[in-house]
Amino acid sequence: MPDGWVGRSVPRREGRDKVTGAAKYVDDLHVEGMLHGATVRSTIPRGKIVAIHYEGDLPWDEIVVATAADVPGANEVKLIQTDQPLLADGVVNHVEEPIVLLAHADREVVEKARRHVRIEYAPLPSVHSIDDALAADTVVWGTDNVFTHYTAGQGNVDAVWADAPHELSGEYTTGAQEQMYIEAQGMIAEYDPDAGVTVRGSLQCPYYIQTALCPLFGLPPDKVRIVQMATGGGFGGKEEYPSIIAGHAALLAYKSGKPVKIVYDRIEDVTATTKRHPSRTKIRSAFDDTGKLLALDIDFVIDGGAYITLSPVVLSRGTIHAAGPYRCDNVRVDSRAVATSSPPHGAFRGFGAPQSIFALERHMDRIADYLGLDPVQVRRRNLLQQGQTSSVGQTIDEPVDLDKLVDRALADADWVAKRKAFDEHNASTTGPIRKGIGLSVFYHGSGFTGAGEVHLASKAVVEATAEGRLRVLAASTEIGQGTNTIFSQIVGDAAHVPIDRIDVVQPDTAHVPNSGPTVASRTCMVVGNLLAQATADVVGQLQGAGHLPATWDAEQFTAACRAWYADHDALVGRANYQPPAGVHWDEKNFRGDAYSAYAWACYVAAVTVDTRTAEIRVDDFVAIQEIGKTVNPILAGGQIEGGVAQAIGWAVYEDVVWKDGRVANPQMTNYIIPTAVDTPPIRVAFLEPFAPQPVAKGIGELPMDGPAPAVLNAVAHATGVDPRGVPLMPETLMDLLTTQETAQ
Amino acid sequence: MRGYLPDYELRAPASVDEALETMAQAPGQWRPLAGGTDVMVELAAGKLPPGKFLSIWQLPELRGITLDDDHAILGALTTYSDVRDHAGMAAEYPMLVQAARESGAIAIQNRGTLGGNIVNASPAADSPPALLAYGAQIELASVRGRRWVDYRGFHTGYKQMGRQPDELLTRIRMPRTPGGAGALHDYRKVGTRKAQAISKVCLAALGRLDDGKVAYLRAGVGSVAPVPLDLVKTEAALLGKTLDAATIDAAVAVAEAEVTPIDDIRSTARYRAVVSRNLVRDFLTALAAGETGARVHD
Amino acid sequence: MSHVNVTLTVNGTEHTVSVHPMARLLDVLRTEVGLTGTKEGCGEGECGACSVFIDGVLTNACLVPVLSASGTTIQTVEGLEGAAETLGPLQQAFIETGGAQCGICTPGMLVAAASLLRRNPDPSDAQIREGLAGNLCRCTGYTRIVESVVDAARRMKEARS
Repeated sequence: MPDGWVGRSVPRREGRDKVTGAAKYVDDLHVEGMLHGATVRSTIPRGKIVAIHYEGDLPWDEIVVATAADVPGANEVKLIQTDQPLLADGVVNHVEEPIVLLAHADREVVEKARRHVRIEYAPLPSVHSIDDALAADTVVWGTDNVFTHYTAGQGNVDAVWADAPHELSGEYTTGAQEQMYIEAQGMIAEYDPDAGVTVRGSLQCPYYIQTALCPLFGLPPDKVRIVQMATGGGFGGKEEYPSIIAGHAALLAYKSGKPVKIVYDRIEDVTATTKRHPSRTKIRSAFDDTGKLLALDIDFVIDGGAYITLSPVVLSRGTIHAAGPYRCDNVRVDSRAVATSSPPHGAFRGFGAPQSIFALERHMDRIADYLGLDPVQVRRRNLLQQGQTSSVGQTIDEPVDLDKLVDRALADADWVAKRKAFDEHNASTTGPIRKGIGLSVFYHGSGFTGAGEVHLASKAVVEATAEGRLRVLAASTEIGQGTNTIFSQIVGDAAHVPIDRIDVVQPDTAHVPNSGPTVASRTCMVVGNLLAQATADVVGQLQGAGHLPATWDAEQFTAACRAWYADHDALVGRANYQPPAGVHWDEKNFRGDAYSAYAWACYVAAVTVDTRTAEIRVDDFVAIQEIGKTVNPILAGGQIEGGVAQAIGWAVYEDVVWKDGRVANPQMTNYIIPTAVDTPPIRVAFLEPFAPQPVAKGIGELPMDGPAPAVLNAVAHATGVDPRGVPLMPETLMDLLTTQETAQ
Repeated sequence: MRGYLPDYELRAPASVDEALETMAQAPGQWRPLAGGTDVMVELAAGKLPPGKFLSIWQLPELRGITLDDDHAILGALTTYSDVRDHAGMAAEYPMLVQAARESGAIAIQNRGTLGGNIVNASPAADSPPALLAYGAQIELASVRGRRWVDYRGFHTGYKQMGRQPDELLTRIRMPRTPGGAGALHDYRKVGTRKAQAISKVCLAALGRLDDGKVAYLRAGVGSVAPVPLDLVKTEAALLGKTLDAATIDAAVAVAEAEVTPIDDIRSTARYRAVVSRNLVRDFLTALAAGETGARVHD
Repeated sequence: MSHVNVTLTVNGTEHTVSVHPMARLLDVLRTEVGLTGTKEGCGEGECGACSVFIDGVLTNACLVPVLSASGTTIQTVEGLEGAAETLGPLQQAFIETGGAQCGICTPGMLVAAASLLRRNPDPSDAQIREGLAGNLCRCTGYTRIVESVVDAARRMKEARS
């Protein structure tokens, strides 16, 4: 199609509603007779609940109160396992664990009431660090605090050390990170004895919530309806936690018989909901004089918090990405997800990969430093080539050219000249300002890991109306990333119709099939592909009935639909996920084709460090990636820029301060995300696809992986210190600078 | 957890006199509420103690900036935007203008007031160090009359100040040409980020050399003590001295001894001490090098 | 304390509401006046999602006790110039240039951008970033928001000439 929609920057389809204030988010919805719900949470990290007292001068007889005893079905939030209760029953395992739910028509009364529920505890010992979890002196989960343990790799690292020309070890840490979507979480639930439970709200994965709510209420799926409203950002934060809020609102609705709205304020959202898993990575490496990697022995641990939730899959992705886009014959990744007494850590853009990639990309710079080589040179020595295998034994079939990717990034960033100029400046200056430039090279697998997509068995539907309009039915949610628009483009091209004839149906489990969750950079590649197939199914039916010729235009399509409806009631195209041929993943041994496609990237950051204050400013950022086919350049660019900014935040601003398992800085005034002034111009480019017949690879998570190591590598270049963790706060950097000064 | 509204009372007096009358009838019970940029934040966080508030935001008597022969006089409701956009302020009080520019972002600057910044008494506030360095005085009014007091010494302890329970802060004044012609004005806020930040350390220093000797020096520091801090000992140690390397070293040591920073969620005592030292040294080095006027920190 | 009557002119229409005097203007606009375009992101004046004009002055509606706004004229995103059947240059620029993603910061961002462009019709990138520093966005990384404002300024200039 010469005038195809794919590849064009079609304006965001719901843009009009968003710029006029018309878009309806959950807190904008008022349902007649609605009650306001509130959640009473634990104030201690771990202990037995001894008694609950309802005190104060309050109309307790008017207030709806729900506890674990009121859950009609099983008091379990079904995800991978069922260890997490909807409401704590007799024991609490983390601070801010929900214990009692309240609802009343007057929001002020609920506010007052939640201050007057007094809970008596018998405290139990708790665990607040990865080291304490591994020591297992106090066991808070299972027998040893370990949720999941994987071993992955290839070759034999232990055989390498004895003869290795060089060896370098290092330990790296990453902190928790708050998603800080600007719309806090919320849900409105209704219950009807005949229709069952209906929940509307801010969410990424409607079918996850349905799956969780069915056992809680003992209802079949057709009695649990989940509807997504306009959603003000997710980043993973609205992947699994919404099941809990939905369950709470639904339980209050079930008990009261009235609609119930629960909308968190910012403090509740930040203290109670999920964060990025903190991590600790130890790397032992062997390499030759040129920097060629001979062995990588990686010990990767993430802190999962009090319940298992999604930690095994976060760990899996972090494990697979731990050795980066490099060829190394001997790799061992030993990884564990451990339990602590903080609220469960959960999905967040990148999903374990940013953590392990940070460690490796900092380590690659340290190898270069150790050898006195350029960090680019050391990476080039090891870049994966077509036909080689990754650390989990996946053969890279597509014609990758990572050197070309690196070339482009270095050229756009003016690397050579800047590196030289900064070296000269730093060596000669007597002033306080230091300048540095750093890079990272990385990849990110698209879609669910291994056989995940097979297990999901996603479905998508495209319906044609008699007027020739197409209705797109998928569970994929628009959370800002452009789902509505790219789906319209893909379907528009498959049907050869203008996109204003395409209606993307708001995700509602009563109407859309389960096309899987909106996570893992899978929406465009996996679900988009299903929609293309479903549209092809529509076209095939029209052609089979003789209404549509082999080539056609929009008017012929409309005419064909009209003709079809002369003797049919409906025209429905369907597609079910079929795994690509020849793809095999061995989950037990962690070997094989981990992902059906990878996006590849090289990022470069230039920074200024003021040694008087140890403040770090990112002055320039270049993000070059190969993502296969780009469906919508403006939306794709927006994904990369937003991810880079979020990752710069993780690198140098966003410090979750923990106090006894509780976030001590849960406000936007003290949890610091970058403003427009703190964010550099982000220069994004998409490389021409490597493959001649490119797919549209996932891009949502990719930009989260590379910025933190690039920025810290630049800080190391600027100052000569060796930072090992993010966030790198000025306080930490000042200590490093002071130590360096003393040493000199 | 939001505040519970029925716990609060709010009235809007029609004049300053009515406000003072109300405060006199129940001294200490009425808390003035100006731009709301502190009080309403506490309310949203559920941290505002129940009580009575007087909305003074709409009292024109408390607005306006005037310059007479001796002073710049600013109404207590002068907003950061008023300061930021006033040409006379930029010419003579660049540190106060810089403080205004760096307090929150535009919407906060449109609403936050100098009077509120003073009586909210946060040691991390942005304008007090500049007001201290400029030798500001504040006017306190009650039904008993009006009095001018030195701002230096007004804050007596964490969130404690020399304001009587029935008094309202009505005006602020600063002497003209502070520090004298040829003074160096150096305002440096080190915050949690570049824009719209709360300070970790904030230095406002005003100094002048005559014949190579320190003829004038006043400095205020934020976020390093329970109150916006005057570096009085550092000033005393430097007045009349020649600014050589040894004098600067000695003065930096005095300044370091004057600050008493703490660890909190925004920063550490150690960092604050080191940065205070570095900023004082940086200012004195610039002063010794003959810099004058407003120092610019990108 | 009992409720009081407060009169506000919102987007050209006068409203008298009976509310607690300490109620936030944000809540009054959203629940009493029924205009939900103004959003709450933080409740403490940090994110700017609740930006409105009060008598033409850019203000965070979450920090204003409604009594302090008595008698004022308020403009929200719904009443912004260009929020009409045919969208204005600012709104059009945000859609076409990619300044809106999830949309929750967008109303406040538009109000803050309008405030900036009223004061400075031809702002530099640095001035745009400073003018929007009180409006947090977690989706865009700000690059396309800055470009949207540049684009809007250009469209407005063309419309004037």
